[in-house]
Amino acid sequence: MRETGAAMADAAIAVLDAIDRRIIDALQGDFPICDRPYAAAAEKLGIGEDELLARLQSLLERKVLTRFGPMFQIERMGGAFVLAAMAVPEADWARVNAAVNAFPEVAHNYRRESALRRDLAAPLNMWFVLATETKAGIAEAVAKIEAATGLPVHPFPKLKEYFVEMKLVVRAPGAAA
Amino acid sequence: MTAADDLDRRLILATQAGLPLVPQPYHTLAEQLGCTAEEVMTRLSAMLARGTIRRIGAVPNHYAIGYTANGMSVWDVPDECIDELGAQVGALAFVTHAYHRPRALPDWPYNLFAMVHGASREEVLAKVDEIRGGLGAACRCHDVLFSTEILKKTGLRIAG
Repeated sequence: MRETGAAMADAAIAVLDAIDRRIIDALQGDFPICDRPYAAAAEKLGIGEDELLARLQSLLERKVLTRFGPMFQIERMGGAFVLAAMAVPEADWARVNAAVNAFPEVAHNYRRESALRRDLAAPLNMWFVLATETKAGIAEAVAKIEAATGLPVHPFPKLKEYFVEMKLVVRAPGAAA
Repeated sequence: MTAADDLDRRLILATQAGLPLVPQPYHTLAEQLGCTAEEVMTRLSAMLARGTIRRIGAVPNHYAIGYTANGMSVWDVPDECIDELGAQVGALAFVTHAYHRPRALPDWPYNLFAMVHGASREEVLAKVDEIRGGLGAACRCHDVLFSTEILKKTGLRIAG
């Protein structure tokens, strides 16, 4: 699936009511593993199981949530997840973008621009994440993308990850919480 | 690949798009996979415990919940104190990811990456200034890259 530039604009800030906000804020982790997990989670939120299921369905359909379920860490399964970047000349943008996105190993791809450095002749402006099932797959994917585009790919593997809180509190406007 | 690994793998394939939205999702998965619900729950708990699963829950679309600006702040700090500084930056509430990554000299001197989310570019830049202040003289140079377009977003998918 490919999203175009319009995706940024049309990912409109959702209107969420107080219960939607509570669900999103409370359920970003720690979903129970038990016979009736939605009932257990709903009880903590003070709503019914049916309501939680219906709300989650609606939040997914409205694309407020991109997923509901386990978040896997591919590195622990022998695979690799590596950030990489390219400096793509403006005139060549469409061709390179199509070539890079065609690789199934490219999980996310963002155009980025520097806010503080306007002086660089060839800024790294295309940033993507390579996800492969084996560690060796990263170097292979980098070589294939370089061959397909004729441009160097700079991999930025994580050497260390620092602990971060995993929660973003809902900021969207909506009914008073 | 052992049979045990195979069940984990099939469980990953069955849940990577999401958990079934039914009262007993682990029972539904067990039926699909031809094992018991207890086995599904045991496997999921074990994968959580060893970090194969980071967490189970809602993955919000940042834009839809009001974080319309996301800035990748990048910092050149001395390698000898990067772990201490990385932990300090990662502890800030508005930083959602913080990593030590290799430099790509000469054009890319930065070794510390921190994602900063906010409701506007101004807010993100103000937060970046806060990080700058906290790093003090350890910061030799820095930049912030804003995403201006999502070119592709399929997320992680392993092949069936």
